[in-house]
Order: sequence, then C-alpha cells, then structure tokens
Amino acid sequence: MGSQVRGAGSLAGAPGRRHGRWPGFALVWALVWIGLVIPGVAPAASGSPNPDLEDQVREIASGLRCVVCQNLSVADSPSDLAKEMRNLVRELVQQGKSREEIQAYFVSRYGEFVLLSPPKRGFNLLVWGLPFLAIVVGAWGVYLVARRWTLRREEAEPAVDPAYAERVRRDLREREGPAGP
Amino acid sequence: MSWKKALIPLACVPVIILLAYGFRTDPKAIPSPLVRQPAPGFRMAVYDAGELSLETLKGKPVVVNFWASWCYPACYEEAPLLESTWRKYKDQGLMVVGVDIQDKEANAREFMRRFDFTFPNGPDPGSKISIDYGVYGVPETFFIDRQGRITYKHVGALTPALMEAQVQAILKGN
Repeated sequence: MGSQVRGAGSLAGAPGRRHGRWPGFALVWALVWIGLVIPGVAPAASGSPNPDLEDQVREIASGLRCVVCQNLSVADSPSDLAKEMRNLVRELVQQGKSREEIQAYFVSRYGEFVLLSPPKRGFNLLVWGLPFLAIVVGAWGVYLVARRWTLRREEAEPAVDPAYAERVRRDLREREGPAGP
Repeated sequence: MSWKKALIPLACVPVIILLAYGFRTDPKAIPSPLVRQPAPGFRMAVYDAGELSLETLKGKPVVVNFWASWCYPACYEEAPLLESTWRKYKDQGLMVVGVDIQDKEANAREFMRRFDFTFPNGPDPGSKISIDYGVYGVPETFFIDRQGRITYKHVGALTPALMEAQVQAILKGN
C-alpha cells in the first residue's frame, strides 16, 4: 500500500505544476492521470503475482490430483493441502524446475495416483485403450446384429405364390362387383 | 456349441477378472512410493525445545507421526500409545517425532498437554514436511530404521500390536 501512495503522489504532482494557473482543470487532469495510471502501476509496485508464473503454476497444478479431495485438481481445490501444494509448485517453478521435474517430485512422494491423467505406459495403457477398443467392438457387434436382422427379414418374406395372388385378385374383383351398368 | 456362441461368455471373462481385482482392492489404500526408500530429511522447530533435524538422528530408529489437534478421534486414540512407546523404548535409542500439521499453536499445545507428550513435536508451516512424506491425511506414521530407510507407513490410528511389531523391526534393524 505504501508504494501505491508514493506512486500516486509523484504522478499527481506533474500535471498540477503544468496547469498551476487553473487549479480546477489541474485537479481534474491529475485525477484522470491517477485513474488511468495507478491501476496499471499498483500491482507491480505492490508485488502482486506474475501472470506468466501463475499461468505456469496453474497449468502444472491442474495436472496434479488434490489428494484429500474427490477428483479435483490441485489447481481447483480450495483445501489447505492443495493450497500448500500450489505454493510448493510455485516455489519449484521459481527455482527453474521444469513441469516434468515437478511432476516427478510429486510422483516420488505420492505415487502415480497424484497424476490426474495416468501416464500412457504399461498397465495404464489399458485405461487409455479400452474405451476405444470398446467402441470398435461395440460398433462391430451392432453391425453384426443389424446384418442378422436384415437377413432374417429377407428369409421370413417368401416369394408370393402365383396361385394365391391370383385368388386374392379374383376375390377383390368379386367384392367390388361388376364394373359399370 | 459353436465358437460364435462361446464368444459371448468368453468375452465376459476379462470383465469378471477386472471386477474381481477391483473389488478385492481397497481404493483408499494408496501404496507409498517412499517405503524402502531413504526417509526425506527435514528440519523442524520443536515446541519449546529449539530445532530438530532428521539428519542428526541418523543411526537411530525413528517413528515419525503426523498429527493434528483437530484430528478426532484417530489422533486422540493413538496419542497415549505414542507417548508410552517413546517412554518404553527411548533408552534403547528409539526416537519418536511428532509433526503437527495445519494446526493452531494453542490447540496443538493443549493436545500435547492433555496427553503429556514428552517426545519432540513441532509444527509444519507450509506443509512442506507433510508433502515431502506424501501425507494426505492424519494420522499417518512412518517407521524409519537405523539406516535411515522407511520400513513401513501406517495410515490411521496405530494399534498397540502394530506399533510393537514395527518398533521391534526397526530396533532390530530388520
């Protein structure tokens, strides 16, 4: 907060001197400058988070499981432990550790359970591959069943007996009666 | 039975095996990758007793217990056992260390007073030690042998039988 006050004072001073003969205009000018410049200056001066660093922390933390939650990432969890884990991720990023190194650290402490997406190797390949395999097998099954139904329908509809067809036509004609007077 | 008819029951076999595996596994039991690995070193400010570093305990069997005063009832159940084990085995070189996590100091002190803790306990600001030990709840207890390796991790309240067996194991250096 102290830095904000110092910043506001120094910025407000210059327009005031320039427009010293018109105190009202100078005051408005100073307020406009304070309004425009302070919001941009204050965060840096007060040591607020670095957006690039925070993006990096969020990206890494979103791949880590909050170990005290149900299917929440460290980035999304409001729990105290997740907050401490985010702080640790931030520290490690500031130390120059890569995403892989940070993930490896958490895996060495909590096991692969801490990763929200299991690595694509070994037994884990089943988790990644089974849904696609299930879709392929399911589609094949649907195709086979649909084909069988089609064949059965064709078999169930035998060719019409010509004698029977002729009899139906004759019966229809008799029912309609003689055509015209 | 043709091979096509046998295909349906055969397809069920892997599903049944997978379900059998899943139902026999405790989803809450997360194996720690730290077991049989060197215990992560730490330095901790001890309540009213200066500082403690795990490195200075090298050569001694150590029980590291993570607790909190808000952890009821499990931490309250095992607290007398921790103190009695410490008193029973400290002359044989056993060290018991308590790490108080995410706690208020006044509450932690009241907890220690209530159970008459005489072994070193300290807070874990920033949960750094807890994360370094892969702790995801309290209480959790780690047994460390004389070589500084974690031999066993227990999640939940300790029982006298388990405590005795694990302490004997690290005292003997097994």
